[in-house]
Amino acid sequence: MSGLLSVRNLSVTFDVRLPGSWPWTPSRKLHAVSEVSFDLQPGECLGIVGESGSGKSTLARAIVGTIPSSGGNIMFEGADLANMDPRQRRVHRRDVQMIFQDPLAALNPRMTVGEIIAEPLITHEPGTPRKEVKTRVGELMERVGLLPNLINRYPHEFSGGQCQRIGIARALILKPKLLICDEPVSALDVSVQAQVINLLMELQRDMGLSMIFIAHDLSVVKHISDRVLVLYLGRVMETAESRKLTTVPEHPYSQALIASVPIPDPVLERARPRPILEGELPSPLAPPSGCVFRTRCPKVQPSCADARPVLEDVGGQHFVACPYHEATQILAANG
Amino acid sequence: MLPNKAAVEGVGDAMQLAEVKGRSLWADARTRFFRNKAAVASLVMLALVAGFALFGGTIAQYENDFVDFSLIGSNAYLGVPSVDTGHYFGTDSNGRDLFARTVQGTGISLMVGVVGALVAVIVGTLYGAAAGYYGGRIDGIMMRTVDVLMSIPFMFVLILMLVIFGRSIFMLFLGIGLISWLDMARIARGQTLTIKNKEFVEVAVATGVHPIKIILRHIVPNLLGIVIVYATLLVPNMIIFESFISFLGLGVQEPATSLGALINEGSRTMQFGYHWQIAFPLFFFVVTIFAFFFVGDGLRDALDPKDR
Amino acid sequence: MSLLDIEDLRVTFATADGDVNAVNGVSFSIDKGETLAIVGESGSGKSQTAFAAMGLLAKNGRAAGVARFDGQDLLSLSQGQLNKIRSKDMAMIFQDPMTSLNPYLRVSEQMAEVLMLHQGISKSAAVTEAVRMLDAVRIPDARARVTMYPHEFSGGMRQRIMIAMSLLCQPRLLIADEPTTALDVTVQAQIMQVLSDIRNDFGTAIILITHDLGIVAGFCDRTLVMYGGQIMEEGPTHDIFASPEHPYTSGLLKAVPRLDREDATLATIAGEPPDMSSLPPGCPFSPRCGQLLDNCEAERPALQAAGDRRRACHLSVQEVA
Repeated sequence: MSGLLSVRNLSVTFDVRLPGSWPWTPSRKLHAVSEVSFDLQPGECLGIVGESGSGKSTLARAIVGTIPSSGGNIMFEGADLANMDPRQRRVHRRDVQMIFQDPLAALNPRMTVGEIIAEPLITHEPGTPRKEVKTRVGELMERVGLLPNLINRYPHEFSGGQCQRIGIARALILKPKLLICDEPVSALDVSVQAQVINLLMELQRDMGLSMIFIAHDLSVVKHISDRVLVLYLGRVMETAESRKLTTVPEHPYSQALIASVPIPDPVLERARPRPILEGELPSPLAPPSGCVFRTRCPKVQPSCADARPVLEDVGGQHFVACPYHEATQILAANG
Repeated sequence: MLPNKAAVEGVGDAMQLAEVKGRSLWADARTRFFRNKAAVASLVMLALVAGFALFGGTIAQYENDFVDFSLIGSNAYLGVPSVDTGHYFGTDSNGRDLFARTVQGTGISLMVGVVGALVAVIVGTLYGAAAGYYGGRIDGIMMRTVDVLMSIPFMFVLILMLVIFGRSIFMLFLGIGLISWLDMARIARGQTLTIKNKEFVEVAVATGVHPIKIILRHIVPNLLGIVIVYATLLVPNMIIFESFISFLGLGVQEPATSLGALINEGSRTMQFGYHWQIAFPLFFFVVTIFAFFFVGDGLRDALDPKDR
Repeated sequence: MSLLDIEDLRVTFATADGDVNAVNGVSFSIDKGETLAIVGESGSGKSQTAFAAMGLLAKNGRAAGVARFDGQDLLSLSQGQLNKIRSKDMAMIFQDPMTSLNPYLRVSEQMAEVLMLHQGISKSAAVTEAVRMLDAVRIPDARARVTMYPHEFSGGMRQRIMIAMSLLCQPRLLIADEPTTALDVTVQAQIMQVLSDIRNDFGTAIILITHDLGIVAGFCDRTLVMYGGQIMEEGPTHDIFASPEHPYTSGLLKAVPRLDREDATLATIAGEPPDMSSLPPGCPFSPRCGQLLDNCEAERPALQAAGDRRRACHLSVQEVA
C-alpha cells in the first residue's frame, strides 16, 4: 500500500565554508540528514525525536521544501517533491503546511492576524472574494479557539499559546493533507502546552490530517504520535509504533533516551535505573565511521566502527539500525 | 448529549462582539515618538521651516532676482534688514532681496535633501532587500557593484559632471541620487539577512508566496523602521553635501540659489560688516539640520524594537 | 536555624505602563543541605524571587521584605557586603551559561581570578583548585582543557563549567535557575547527576528553579509551587506529587504527558498564564480555576500551614480534584 508520503533515502547536505577560505576552495559537506526513509499513511501521525543536531528540523524543512535535498525522493501522492522544479513545486505547497516552534517569530509583526491567516488562501486562490476570505478566516479562528473579533489585532497583542493557535489556523486554511509541526509546544508553558496538544489531536482527527510531529520531548511525541522515528546525527536509529518504542525499545540509543526522560512521579523516578549516556553529540562535520552512535554507545563492539548498520525489520513495523539490538523494558507501562 | 446552552449563547455573544481594533507596531511607535519632547519640538520647527519655504514667497515684497538699484552703493546702511524698505532680511551684495532669496534657497535645499533621501529609500531599500533576499551569487554581484560605485570619488565625478554638462538643478539631483542610495542598500541588505532567517519568512516560502511578494509584504515593512530613521538622518547630510558643492560655487545656477550658495555669498561680505547676509541663511541652515537630527533621534528611539 | 529565610518578599518593577508586581508576599526557608524546588510557569515570579534574594534584580526592580541568610538580611546590605556573601556563601547558575562566562578569557583565568580574589592564594594553586573542581563536575581531561576558551566547549560542558565556577568558594547555597532548560535530555540527565553529586559530596543546599516537574520529582526534597507571584502550595516533594492540595498543582500534574502512561486526552488548565500588570484582586489562579468558590475572585486566600505542608486555597483539602 502506498501511503500519502513516502520518503526514500532522503539526504540533505550543507556546504560549510571555513571562515577566511578562498572562494574557490571546495567547501566541506555537512550531512544533516542522511538516507532517511519512512512512510506516512493518510490520517497517521509520525513523531520524530532526536536531540539538537539530530537533523529533525532539517528533515522537516526538506519535506516542506524550504531547504533543498541533495539526494533521495520525497514521494507525495505519487509525485516526487524532491526533484521538482520550483514552479511545479509551488502547486504542491498547499497540501503540505508547517507550524513552528517560536510562535511569535513565525508571525509577521506588521500584519494583522486576519492578514496572516488569509495569506496562504490569497496566494493559492487569488480570485477569492474578500468577503469569503474573511468568513473563512473567522470560522477557522473560532475552530482553533480564538475569538473572531480579534481579527484586526497584531501578533504582539497575543500570548504565546494564542500565537501558536494563529499559526495553526494559517496552516489549516487551505485544508492541507499533511501538517508538519516543528517543536510546536516547546516554547509554551506547561499548562498551555496541553491545550495546544489537545487542539492538534482534535484537528487531526476531525480533518483527517496526516501529521509529522517533531519534538525533543519524547513524552509529548509519544502522546500524540502513532509511530515514532528516532534520529541521531541525521540517521534513523529506530522506528516503531509509539507505545512499543517507549516500553520495549531495541536500539541502545532509544533506550538511553527513554531512560533520560524524567517522569513526574517521585517514587517511580527515584527507583528508576539510570544508565546515563556519557558525552555529547559528535560534530556532524566529522561523524564517526560505521555506526554514528558508537562513540557514546554502552554496548559498543569493535565491529561497530566498520560498517553502517542497516535498518533491520524486527517485525510489526518495527525497524532497528543496530546489529546488537535487544528488546529491553525501560519503563513499566502502567496506564 | 445536547450542547450546553450557556456555552452556545456564549459563542453567539462572541460573534456579536464588535471587531477589536488592533494596535499596530506603527501606532506604538507613534505614541512613543510623541512622548519625546525634543523630537516633537523639532518636528514643529521643521514644519515651520517648510512653511517658510513654501509660503514665504507670498510675504516677500520683491522677486528673488529683482535688483533694487535704489540701494546700489549704499548697501551698508540702506540694505540692512528693515520692515520699512520691505527687505525683511536686508539685501545681498547685488542689491537683491535676501528674504526672497532665503525663501528660495531654503526650498531648494530642502528639496535636494528630500529628493536624495527619497531616492535612497526607494532604490536603496529595494536593491538591498532584493540582494539580501536572493543571496548567493546574485547578492555577490549586486553588492560588489555597490562597492565599485562607492569606491569612485564622487565629489570629483560630480564636480566634473557639473563642469562638463553645465550647472543645473537636474545635474545636482542626478549626482546626489547616484550616491545617496549606496549606503542605504548596504543597510537594507544587512537587515534583510536577519529578517530572512525569521520564521515568518520561512512560512511564506513554504506556503508558496511569490518571492517578490515576500520582499514587499514581509521584508520591506520590517525594514522600514530602520530605513526611515536612516532617511531622516540622510536628509541633513544631503543638504550639507549640496551646500558644500554650492559653497565651491558649483551648485545651483544663478539666479536660483540654495542655502549653501547664500552662505557662500554671505561669508565673502562678512568682513565688511554685512553680517545679516550670512546670519539669515545660516540660521535656517542650522535650524533645519538640527531639527532633522533630533527628529531622526526620536524616530530611532520610537522604532527601536529592543524597547519592547 | 535555617540557612535562607525569606519573609513576605515583594518585587516591583517600574515600567512605562506603571508598576508591575512580579512577586507578592512570598515566604519560605531552606535548611542546610536541603534541596528545594520552586516550580512555576512564565510570570510566576519564581526567578525574580531568587534574583531579589541575590540582589540581582534589573535596574527598574525594587525588592521589599526580608531575605535572611545566616541571620543577615540580604536586602539591607550594601552592594559591597552583598558581593562578599554572593561570592563566598551563595552562588547562582543560569539557563544560559554564556551570560556569566567571559568569552575573551580562558576558563582557567576566570576560575583562578575568583579564587585569588576571595582566598588570596597564588595563581598556580588557584588553577590546581580549578582543575579539581572541573574534575568534580566530571569534565573529561580537565587539566588540559582548563586553558580553553568558553566557546570551545559544548552547551552541556559550559553548564558544568558554570557549576564548577560557582562551587569554587564552597558556597552553602546554590541557586540553579532553569539549569537544564536549554539542554538535551541526555545532557540534562548528566547535569542533574552532577548536581546531586555536589549535594552529596559538599552538603550544598540547592534551590532549583524550573518548570519541569520531571526533574523536580527526581531531585528535590521539598517543592514550592508558585503562580502569579504568589505561593500556591508547598510541601515535601513526595506528598505534593502524590496528593496535590491546590487545584493549580493538581491541574499542572495532569497536564503533562507522561512517558509511562497512556492518556487519551490531556487534562488542561483553561486560559493563559497571568498578566502580571493586571492580577485579579482575589486568588491569582481564580480566572483559570475549575473549582471556583464564591469568594475566590474577591478574597486572596492566605497561605496556611498544616503539618509540613502549606497551601493557599479557599477549598478544603478534600475538595481539591
